[in-house]
Amino acid sequence: MKVRAQIGMVLNLDKCIGCHTCSITCKNVWTSREGVEYAWFNNVETKPGIGFPKEWENQKKWNGGWKRTDAGKLELKIGGKIRLLAKIFANPDLPEIDDYYEPFDFDYEYLHTAPDSQHQPVARPRSLITGQRMEKIEWGPNWEEILGTEFEKRKKDINFDNVIQKDIYGQFEKTFMMYLPRLCEHCLNPACVASCPSGSIYKREEDGIVLIDQDKCRGWRMCVSACPYKKIYFNWKSGKSEKCTFCFPRIEAGQPTVCSETCVGRIRYLGVLLYDADQIEIAANTPNEKDLYQAQLDVFLDPNDPAVIEAARKEGISDNWITAAQRSPVYKMAIDWKVALPLHPEYRTLPMVWYVPPLSPIQTAVEAGHVGMNGEIPDLKSLRIPLRYLANLLTAGDEKPVERALERMIAMRAYKRSQQVDKVEDLEVLKQVGLTAVEVEEMYRYMAIANYEDRFVVPTSHKAYAENAYDMKSSCGFSFGNGCGDGNNGVNLFGSKATGVRQVIPVTLEK
Amino acid sequence: MSHFSIFAFGIYPYIAMAVMFIGSWIRYDREQYTWKASSSQMLEKRQLHIGSVLFHVGVIGIFFGHFVGLLTPLAVWHALGVTAEFKQLLAMGAGGLFGVICFVGLTILIRRRLMNHRVRATSKKMDIIILLMLYGQLILGLISIPVSGGHLDGAEMLKLMAWAQNIMTFNSVAAVEAISDVNIVFKLHVILGMTLFVVFPFSRLVHMLSAPLQYLTRAPQIVRRKVGR
Repeated sequence: MKVRAQIGMVLNLDKCIGCHTCSITCKNVWTSREGVEYAWFNNVETKPGIGFPKEWENQKKWNGGWKRTDAGKLELKIGGKIRLLAKIFANPDLPEIDDYYEPFDFDYEYLHTAPDSQHQPVARPRSLITGQRMEKIEWGPNWEEILGTEFEKRKKDINFDNVIQKDIYGQFEKTFMMYLPRLCEHCLNPACVASCPSGSIYKREEDGIVLIDQDKCRGWRMCVSACPYKKIYFNWKSGKSEKCTFCFPRIEAGQPTVCSETCVGRIRYLGVLLYDADQIEIAANTPNEKDLYQAQLDVFLDPNDPAVIEAARKEGISDNWITAAQRSPVYKMAIDWKVALPLHPEYRTLPMVWYVPPLSPIQTAVEAGHVGMNGEIPDLKSLRIPLRYLANLLTAGDEKPVERALERMIAMRAYKRSQQVDKVEDLEVLKQVGLTAVEVEEMYRYMAIANYEDRFVVPTSHKAYAENAYDMKSSCGFSFGNGCGDGNNGVNLFGSKATGVRQVIPVTLEK
Repeated sequence: MSHFSIFAFGIYPYIAMAVMFIGSWIRYDREQYTWKASSSQMLEKRQLHIGSVLFHVGVIGIFFGHFVGLLTPLAVWHALGVTAEFKQLLAMGAGGLFGVICFVGLTILIRRRLMNHRVRATSKKMDIIILLMLYGQLILGLISIPVSGGHLDGAEMLKLMAWAQNIMTFNSVAAVEAISDVNIVFKLHVILGMTLFVVFPFSRLVHMLSAPLQYLTRAPQIVRRKVGR
């Protein structure tokens, strides 16, 4: 057992109102620069839809993630090492800018300088790549917002696979929608790391955050293809890849990421998960795709188990991290209550941003009394969002875990309703979904009330132990390249000591 | 020996190599963020696919052809039983083949860089200069093939080998003498070639020093600790 810790995230889609505050605050902090105008480390998609970039989930098209070979080996879908290097001159699986959208801005200045005219002046769009006029904007980061564009285009959404009669969802009366905020999954088995020819992408041991070393990146752009979530973006200006940093400077200081902090729907949760690093490859290589969800659950370790605590301490995981793991909202939702599920586990990357599936209105037929009721819980087949769709999104097509999660959420509502309105303890409904009253009260506290302290349990990293605080003093913060004025090598051409590392003379006090 | 040829063929090569070596060192040491392949594939994919693959296959073939052909001592060729005539034909054949492949690729790439709005707008001056320099160099190289056709005994080639090997052994007087009466095409090819060394550290060419061969041997996952314990 090799215990490692990671800060995971859960998004409660049942509460997402699709306001895009997460995307905007993220953009303002991280990608409001030339070269990454088109990049959204966090974006919110309306499902069903083909998403951003176009059809990102269709791995027959993009070849992202991992596959299990016939010989039972785990291999990147874009190919083994030699095949991957053979694609280095021109990568056939790389999206083009139009698969995202051509970034644009408007000539707002013209509104001030326009001469008198019969008609109102208009700020027309201009490309941020060529600087030229764009006559028509064909696509944008959120083109399908609230079922924008016709169903014919949106139905290419791969999550419709095996959904019976998908065409009926194009009808106004039958249509359904949900929001899907997406960011880097900070996977346990990241395909981007494995695909990087220069070895510049890495997972941090302390908190599991996956980062790109901007100095080491050579712009071979394999990671863009390998990431099945298409959450690595190629900066056309710097020629390097960039990705969500999980706001690591904030996480290190014990603060939630910007997207989580600013979420007005309070749908985001951050917490520590302990996992067994030795089990990653075995779990990711589970033969049947539908077993991947359970296999990933098995990788996580119980933070209250004394053997795990001892093993974690041996790995140097500090006590405040272990305490945080015991209080982790992510652990509770993903492992205790199993209401949070991974996004597309079939990609075999073992993603670490999990989703609570959304409940949806019960269809009219049900209200009219033709309802299938399953005990005290309405038959989930009468929910507007097809179970199968959610299962394709969250559990590689296995409907049972989705069913369990939705039933537990419905049971929580039913229980709280009878408790608050009818003043009755409805234990029957809880028994049906296998929860105790204590558990449901806790679920209610975390999922419905969702206080700040419950949502975000982020331990500070012990920076003082991890790095010499003197090294950090008067060095520069986040920067690209040698913004601080020095290379980061041990050897310096001009003979001076590198200022990135401070040469501190250790003081020993003699008695 | 004119002053010009002493400078161009006896001194300039050392300046060029020094600039390339020290310049690359400084850039790697101090400006590693700028060290990259500078791909523009995401702005235009179709033409790049054909152009880039052909260009790279050609240019890598040409590079190793020059490296082995110019710097392997004559004694080794003799020991291998390769005559100058045969080597001349081999150089013309292989060089011609890779040269044409490279020419087609480079033509596509230059057209793309100059004509595609997106690629053109995001190009740096050096991206265009380096393409045109490579194009010029490649055309000179291709012109030299019919010129070599007039010397199937390999005599011209032996002079160029002598020049290169004398340069590498710091025998620059002998080097200048060896190259003094070769065809002007070869002379221009050598001077432009040395100039490519000079611009190397200032252009995207540095990415060739980072050919990611270590990828073949590394473990799939990389985990880093902020600072080693």
